[in-house]
Amino acid sequence: MRPSVQEMIARSNGKKNKKAIEKIIPILLFLIASVSVLTSIGIVVTLIVETITFFTRVPFFDFIFGTTWLPFSNKDAQFGILPLIVGTLKVTLIATIVAVPIGISAAIYLSEYASENVRRILKPVLEVLAGVPTIVYGFFALTFVTPILQSVFPEIKIFNAISPGIVVGIMIIPMIASLSEDAMSSVPKSIREGALAMGSTKFEVAWKITVPAALSGIIASVVLAVSRAIGETMIVSLAAGSTPRFDGDFTGSIQTMTAYIVQVSKGDAGFGTTIYYSIYAVGFTLFVFTMVMNILAGYVSKRFREEY
Amino acid sequence: MTTIITEKTTTEEVNDSAKKAVYETNQLNLWYGSNHALKNIDLEIMENEVTAIIGPSGCGKSTYLKTLNRMVELVPSVKTSGEILYRGRNIFDHDYGVEELRTRVGMVFQKPNPFPKSIYDNIAYGPRIHGIKNKKILDEIVEKSLRGAAIWEEVKDRLNENAYSISGGQQQRICIARALAIEPDVILMDEPTSALDPISTLKVEELVQELKKDYSIIIVTHNMQQAARISDKTAFFLNGEVIEYDQTDTIFSNPSDKRTEDYISGRFG
Repeated sequence: MRPSVQEMIARSNGKKNKKAIEKIIPILLFLIASVSVLTSIGIVVTLIVETITFFTRVPFFDFIFGTTWLPFSNKDAQFGILPLIVGTLKVTLIATIVAVPIGISAAIYLSEYASENVRRILKPVLEVLAGVPTIVYGFFALTFVTPILQSVFPEIKIFNAISPGIVVGIMIIPMIASLSEDAMSSVPKSIREGALAMGSTKFEVAWKITVPAALSGIIASVVLAVSRAIGETMIVSLAAGSTPRFDGDFTGSIQTMTAYIVQVSKGDAGFGTTIYYSIYAVGFTLFVFTMVMNILAGYVSKRFREEY
Repeated sequence: MTTIITEKTTTEEVNDSAKKAVYETNQLNLWYGSNHALKNIDLEIMENEVTAIIGPSGCGKSTYLKTLNRMVELVPSVKTSGEILYRGRNIFDHDYGVEELRTRVGMVFQKPNPFPKSIYDNIAYGPRIHGIKNKKILDEIVEKSLRGAAIWEEVKDRLNENAYSISGGQQQRICIARALAIEPDVILMDEPTSALDPISTLKVEELVQELKKDYSIIIVTHNMQQAARISDKTAFFLNGEVIEYDQTDTIFSNPSDKRTEDYISGRFG
């Protein structure tokens, strides 16, 4: 006759030292989790240390308020970051203008209108877009979008802010669409039914109920996507050019913060030079930008949160 | 004395026969895919009455209620045959706009489902989407609807708070107020008290009594005492069929069908 279940449990508990495992597991997990935290701290520390070195050579205010970026000049090097920031903002602005309306419309379609079958096909396709390597997007901008733009607007140069802006926008559409769709799909069905039962049309439900209810998630998705656009490197390196400019022209060559870092990293400057340290300062500026965006996103999404 | 009573009875009868039908259901059949959920339903629902629909789970009572404002069509595989005349017009007619129907026929759901907006915006939602923009008129409608749903005193100082910040029972009355805001003709209630505590339930029941002066109310309920307490007529559904439909008093005191009797006496369901 077999022993009772309680006896077997007692026996098996005796074999394995459950208590020891229970003690080790959290420590182990903590160590593994620390790796990523420590890495982040390490990166920030390196950034800060090298940036401080940079500021011993270039005055802080010349850097953040300077309107000329001329690092490679031998006698008259100037490190005013505003032209790079303006370059980044031009691309980001165009990307946002392209991606936000399209991304949110796609999200509304997928969550409110598309049948289960359509959604099952469309969503993965959309997510494939997010998996395209950025270098491919870069070539797409340079060799496909730019020529088309030029054929319509001849004044556009081969390197410009519009074409990479559009393509960065295309790149972040899936992010906005997919995350916004998640936010909208998680609005309870019962709330939609409540609105439909009042004689609302489908669009009224989508626009006046679902979108406001999911607004915090939608804003979060937009901010994340815009952060991606700000940090995007490959597309702008290939298609935007390398001319730091402090003006409002979108049709000619520009340079973004990321493209500048690439340019220097490719070997235009030796270790220990001011130019070398400048990439850390620029990198730190980028970091501040995305951090501010994230804090802003947190604030805005809390402000707009509609609880349900 | 006797004559007076007789006279009174006659007047009541006259009043009763003067009442018009809001809904006439003729040979309604409904399928979810291959599942035949409603079978040959014939039912006439009168205005300014409370009509209760009772029956065990899965008998089709909620399905029938949702057919009355065509909310049932949100289920993709639904097919119907037969007709439902609302005020003499078949709601399945191709040119009958479903939004138009739902503007005349309000609904209160099983679980309170206020919009994730302020209490004020919840009530003003209906009037707003139907084109009423004037702030003064909206204020008036909001107050009137909240008073109508007997919740004005409780929320008048917190109209700008999120509707989810109040209790479940209050939320349900907000949902009733929301339905009242567009001054519908009929209010459908799908087990409106099943998620509420006894005190909130009592309040909603009193409210239903109050509302029937101005509205025709059709209420699905699991709770037979509730049906007995608040309704004028009761329909007993079983397996997608109407077994019995009569005055509530008759149904509960002297049912003509054995199955009705078994159900109301708690032998099954």
